[in-house]
Amino acid sequence: MGQPFAHKSPIPGLGLSAGITLSMLSMMVLLPIAALLVQGFSAGVPAFVAAVNTPRTWAALFLSFRLSLVAALFNLMFGVVLAWVLVRYRFPFRKVLNAAVDLPFALPTAVAGIALTALYAPNGAFGQIAKDWGFKIAYTQWGVLIALIFVGLPFVTRTVQPVIEEIAREVEEASATLGATRAYTLRRVIWPMLAPAALTGFALSLARAVGEYGSVIFIAGNIPLKTEIAPLLIVIKLEEYNEAGAAAIGIAMLVMSFGMLFVINAAQVLSRKRMSNV
Amino acid sequence: MSDLSLPFRPAATEAPWLRITLTTLVVAILGVLLFAPLITVFYEALREGVGASLATLANPESQSAIRLTLLVAAFAVPLNAVFGVSAAWLITKYSFRGKAVLITLIDIPFSVSPVVAGLCIVLTFGANSWAGSWLVAHGMPVVFAVPGIVMASMFVTFPFVARELIPVMVEQGRAAEEAALTLGASGWRVFFTVTLPNIRWALLYGVLLCNARAMGEFGAVAVVSGKIRGLTATMPITVEMLYNEYASVAAFTLAAVLALLALVTLALKTLLEWRYADQLAATHRH
Repeated sequence: MGQPFAHKSPIPGLGLSAGITLSMLSMMVLLPIAALLVQGFSAGVPAFVAAVNTPRTWAALFLSFRLSLVAALFNLMFGVVLAWVLVRYRFPFRKVLNAAVDLPFALPTAVAGIALTALYAPNGAFGQIAKDWGFKIAYTQWGVLIALIFVGLPFVTRTVQPVIEEIAREVEEASATLGATRAYTLRRVIWPMLAPAALTGFALSLARAVGEYGSVIFIAGNIPLKTEIAPLLIVIKLEEYNEAGAAAIGIAMLVMSFGMLFVINAAQVLSRKRMSNV
Repeated sequence: MSDLSLPFRPAATEAPWLRITLTTLVVAILGVLLFAPLITVFYEALREGVGASLATLANPESQSAIRLTLLVAAFAVPLNAVFGVSAAWLITKYSFRGKAVLITLIDIPFSVSPVVAGLCIVLTFGANSWAGSWLVAHGMPVVFAVPGIVMASMFVTFPFVARELIPVMVEQGRAAEEAALTLGASGWRVFFTVTLPNIRWALLYGVLLCNARAMGEFGAVAVVSGKIRGLTATMPITVEMLYNEYASVAAFTLAAVLALLALVTLALKTLLEWRYADQLAATHRH
């Protein structure tokens, strides 16, 4: 042990702040997550596998992750464009629009859920239009997708916006002076600068969508194997007093979420490395 | 002629038609995705007139839901503020090993589904767990009772205040506190007269976001509350129950109250960002 655990600091309060922080963290976060792991594996690994390995669970997990990925990809593309427009262009009500981007963070998910359902149900304002075109949105996977896009909308914009604000215009001008077209400059000069932040936003948006419950359950219709998301399946298992089954799905979701975040982190490290070589 | 601060520079911007197209596209998509649902909430709430909406707010079910939501926030938000301040103090005022791990652990609730968060609390303090059975036997049930709702709300909002304070306090360093100590101030005096004035807007910003989320939390609370009418049904839970009973006006009226809370939160947040940009982590530029 070459280094002491903590350097002496003249500032008092180490014991108090460490005590409050560690005891609250343990009680509120670590202990409950430990309980999840213990309960999920309490009947052994085969029971855990049996609880997860059912067609209904796989369908729910697959639906949650697939639609979350699509929603996060949409939010990635739209979020970058939105951030660009909000920072670079000037138009009326820009500041109102900028503030409104955070609405999905502030609006309770149950409120968003019933509002989206009222809009996209066959008798709703948008649902009616879709119906006239022979198309159904609410109570199908399209409805789930719209809810997931809604809840993840602000993440990419909020991570990318500060980066765009800091781009020196001279870089773009230099690129233009050297004969690059605007499209080439955007692709080869601007995008590499935005990519790490955009990926962070993408990851946050994805994580949020995978775990989302409140805004989805109203519009989804919750048909097993078709529009039933993984978090809802946990609630159903709990209502059946099947705590071990609920814990098993909970662990599966945690593992898959952390796995995805790990992959995205790796992609981020790679894109940062590429940047530093330029 | 050579004013470099001119906003319009043809070489480094998109063609006008593209700018107009992109702006229109963004406004249209936000209109459909954000503003349409928001307008729907108020439209559906006021469908049968203001009087009918207000009447649903006066019924005992809505009243007890509003009281419970305020009660839960009154416990969860101050407790998380205390945690956030002490975690930020610990992380920014001392050097110790494992700091990165500690920060990662504090962030865990952001990447856990609210439903899984609620599930964790049920498994820890539910009647079938050893802690839960002891608590129930001593007349202090956590799950399907108010303490469980407070814990679920705290879990999902756990990192908010700490996340907001840590970058601000890293930026401010330790010199001011060390100087005050040298001049003979006590630890608490240093905190209240040196540290707190420097972080008050960041703290308020974190508390604001924490409060909005705590009052609006649905998934985690739905799992632990048991949805007992008049006892453990918070505002979002009551919105769900009313909606499922086809009491559309009542559901949307309560939802509109929550939407107003969200709009007030956004307005205050924007005000803080605009007025105290240099003292907030979210808007701080290097």
